Amino acid sequence: MAHTIALAGNPNSGKTSLFNELTGSTQYVGNWPGVTVEKKEGHLKQDRHYVVIDLPGIYSLSPYTLEEVITRDYLVDGRPDVVINVVDATNLERNLYLTTQLLETGIPVIIALNMIDIVEKRGEVIDAPALSLATGCPVVETSAVTKRGLKELINVTKNRIEKGGSPTILATFSQSTEKAISAIHAEIADTVPPELLRWYSVKLFERDEQVQQRVALSETQLEHIENIVKAVEEEHDDSAEGIITNDRYEYLSSIANRVHTNRRALGTLTTSDKIDRIVTNRFLALPLFFLIMWGVYYISIQSVGEFFIDSIELLFGDIASDTLGVWLLNVGTHPWLVGLLVDGIIAGVGAVLTFVPQMMILFFFLSFMEDVGYMARVAFIMDRIFRKFGLSGKSFIPMLIGTGCSVPAIMATRTIENQRDRRMTIMLTPFIPCGAKLPVFALLVGAFFPNSAWMASSMYLIGIGAVIVSGIFLKKTKAFAGDPAPFVMELPPYHMPRFKSVLLHMWERGREFIKKAGTIIAVASAAIWVLQSTSWSLQFVETQHSILASIGRFIAPVFKPLGFGQWEAAVATITGLLAKETIVATFGIVLGLGTVAEGDPSLVASVSQFFNPVSAYAFMIFTLFAAPCVAAIGATRREMNSVGWTATAILFQTGVAYFAAMVVYQVGSLLFL
Amino acid sequence: MITLKDIQPGSSAKVRKVGGEGPTMRRIMDMGITKGCTVFVRKVAPLGDPIEISVRGYELSLRKGDAAHIIVESQ
Repeated sequence: MAHTIALAGNPNSGKTSLFNELTGSTQYVGNWPGVTVEKKEGHLKQDRHYVVIDLPGIYSLSPYTLEEVITRDYLVDGRPDVVINVVDATNLERNLYLTTQLLETGIPVIIALNMIDIVEKRGEVIDAPALSLATGCPVVETSAVTKRGLKELINVTKNRIEKGGSPTILATFSQSTEKAISAIHAEIADTVPPELLRWYSVKLFERDEQVQQRVALSETQLEHIENIVKAVEEEHDDSAEGIITNDRYEYLSSIANRVHTNRRALGTLTTSDKIDRIVTNRFLALPLFFLIMWGVYYISIQSVGEFFIDSIELLFGDIASDTLGVWLLNVGTHPWLVGLLVDGIIAGVGAVLTFVPQMMILFFFLSFMEDVGYMARVAFIMDRIFRKFGLSGKSFIPMLIGTGCSVPAIMATRTIENQRDRRMTIMLTPFIPCGAKLPVFALLVGAFFPNSAWMASSMYLIGIGAVIVSGIFLKKTKAFAGDPAPFVMELPPYHMPRFKSVLLHMWERGREFIKKAGTIIAVASAAIWVLQSTSWSLQFVETQHSILASIGRFIAPVFKPLGFGQWEAAVATITGLLAKETIVATFGIVLGLGTVAEGDPSLVASVSQFFNPVSAYAFMIFTLFAAPCVAAIGATRREMNSVGWTATAILFQTGVAYFAAMVVYQVGSLLFL
Repeated sequence: MITLKDIQPGSSAKVRKVGGEGPTMRRIMDMGITKGCTVFVRKVAPLGDPIEISVRGYELSLRKGDAAHIIVESQ
C-alpha cells in the first residue's frame, strides 16, 4: 500500500528544494480542493510506493491564513503517515514553533534540520541528538543544496512509518495551562478521536472558531470550556492565544538555549547586514532600486532579448511559414488548409513565442532577485507607498512581474495573505503594461510620435497612476473597505541562490506563458483565421467581407466616442482578447497587408492613415486597461476562485479602459485637433 | 507607557505585552514577539515606515501602527 509523507515547514526553510530532491521528476502540480493554493505532489525518487505532499510554507497553524487552514485541515482529515518538518537550522526557535503545533495533530514528525551547513560555517553548533531528545522526534541533519543527509532522511522516514504509533506528547505549556487543557480533554474526550484529543483541546482553549464549529459540543460543554479558559486568562492577565504562543516560545527558547551553542553575539554585523546597509539605506534605497530595474529591463527587453526575438521571427516567419507554405501547396494541399495552418496557427503561435526569450530573461532576473532576498527588501521599501491606497508592499512584487506577463503576476499574488488585498492586486495588476502590449504601443508610437521618447514610457506612468487611483477608489467601496492589510514580513538573510533553483523558478513562471501559446493561442488563432477568411455562407472571402468584419461592424459604434469607431479597430480589439500582441497582426490583416511585424514600414504607413494622433493615443489607453487576454482572465478565474469576482474584475478593467480612452479622445480632440 | 514604535533604531527593548487582537496580533505573536522576549530595532524604512527589528535571531519587518500595540520597556 502507498504511504503518504507530508512536507511541512516555514517559508524560506528550503522545503521546496528538499521536495525537488526527494521527488525528482515525478512531481504533479495542482490545487488544493476548492481553493487556489498550489498543491505539489510526487513520489519518492527511490521508492514509488511513497507519495510525498508538499504543504504550503507556513509559520503557524492559526485559523487566519488560507495556507495555514489548508495545512491543518489536511493534517486533521488527510492523516498522512508521517510529517517531515523542514526546520531552518539558522532560525531554530521560530521554526520549532510550528513543530510543537504539528506534534499536537498526533501524526509522527521527523525533523529535517535543514541548512545545517550554514550553521556550521558560522562556527555554531546544534546538538541534534539533544534536540531529538527534547522534542521526541527523530532529527536528521540535512542540506538540500549539498544533498547531505537525504538518504538518511528517507531511511528514518521509512522506519518511522513501519514502526507506526503516535508521537510522544510534549508538555509545552505552563503548569496552569496544561491543567486547563487536561480539563478540556475530559470535557471533549467522548466527541473527538483519541489521537486528536490534544489538538482539539488546545484549539478550543485558543477559542479557535473553526474548531468550535467542527466539534459538535453542547451549550453546557462550551460554557464549561469558556470558564476554564477565562480562569487561566485572569491568572496570566493575557488572552488565551497570547498565553499559548508565549508558553510555546518560552518552552522553545529553553530548548534552543540547551541545544544551540556557540551562537554569534547579538549585533554582530553579518554580510547580509552590510548589504542591507546600502540596499535599504535612507538615501540610496530608491535610486538603487530604479537602477536595478532599469538594468533588468535593458538586458531582458533590449539587448539580449532583441537578439533572440530576431532569431525566432526568422524561424517562424521565413522558415516555418514561407518554406512550409510553399511546400504544402506544392504537394497539393488545399489553399484553405494551408492558410489555416500557416497564416492562422503558425503565425499566431509564432507571434506569441517571439516574446518567450524576453519573458524568460526577465523572469530569470526576477526569480534571482526573489531568491537572493531582494524582493522582500523591495516590499519593505515600498510598503509606505502602497499602504496609502490600501495595499501592502507585498502587492508590489506581482506588479513588477506584471511588466513581463500578467499571468505569472496574478499567480504571484499568492504570497499576499489577506484575501481582500489579493483580490484587489489581481484586479489592478493587468493595468501595468505587460510585454505583449509593447508591440501595440510600438506600432502606434512609431506611426504618430516617432520622435517622442516618452510616449511609450507614458503608458507605464499612466498604468501606475491608474493602479493608484483605482486603489484609492476601490478602497472606498464596500467590498474592499476596512483596515489596511497587515504587513508582518520576514526579511530573510541574503544568500546566493543555486543557479539550478533560479532556473527552475524561472521555468515555473514562464511555462504558463508557453502553455498559453501552445493551447489557447493556437486554437484562438485558428478560430480567428477562420472567422476572418470565411463569410456567413462559409465561402472563402477577403477579410472585409468576412464574419469577423461583420461582427466588427456591429460593435464598432460602441467605440465611436473613443475615436476609433471603424470595424477594423473593433476587430483588433476582439482579437486583442486572445493576446494583446495579436492586435498588431490583426491590423496587418484587416488593412490588407498580410502577416507583418510592428516595425514594417507598410504597416506603419497604413496605420497612420487609419488613426489620427489623438485617436491612436486613445486606442493605446484602451489597450492598456481593457480586459486582459484570455490567459490572464483564466489566471484571474483560477486565483479568485469565483466567477462573480472574475466578472467584476473584467467589467471594472474594461470600464476604466472605456472611460479613460473616451476622456483622452474627447479632451484631446478639443485641445489638439 | 512605551511601545515598540517609540524605540529608536539601534536600541533594544523587552516586550511586556502584545496588545490588540485579531489576525495581525496573532501573526505578530506567531512570529515570535511574545511577552518577555528582547527585540532590537534595526532600522526604519527609507520612507519612514515600516520598521525592521531583530527577534529570536532573525529579521522581521512590521508597521509602526502595529508596533504601537506592543508594549515594551526599554533596555
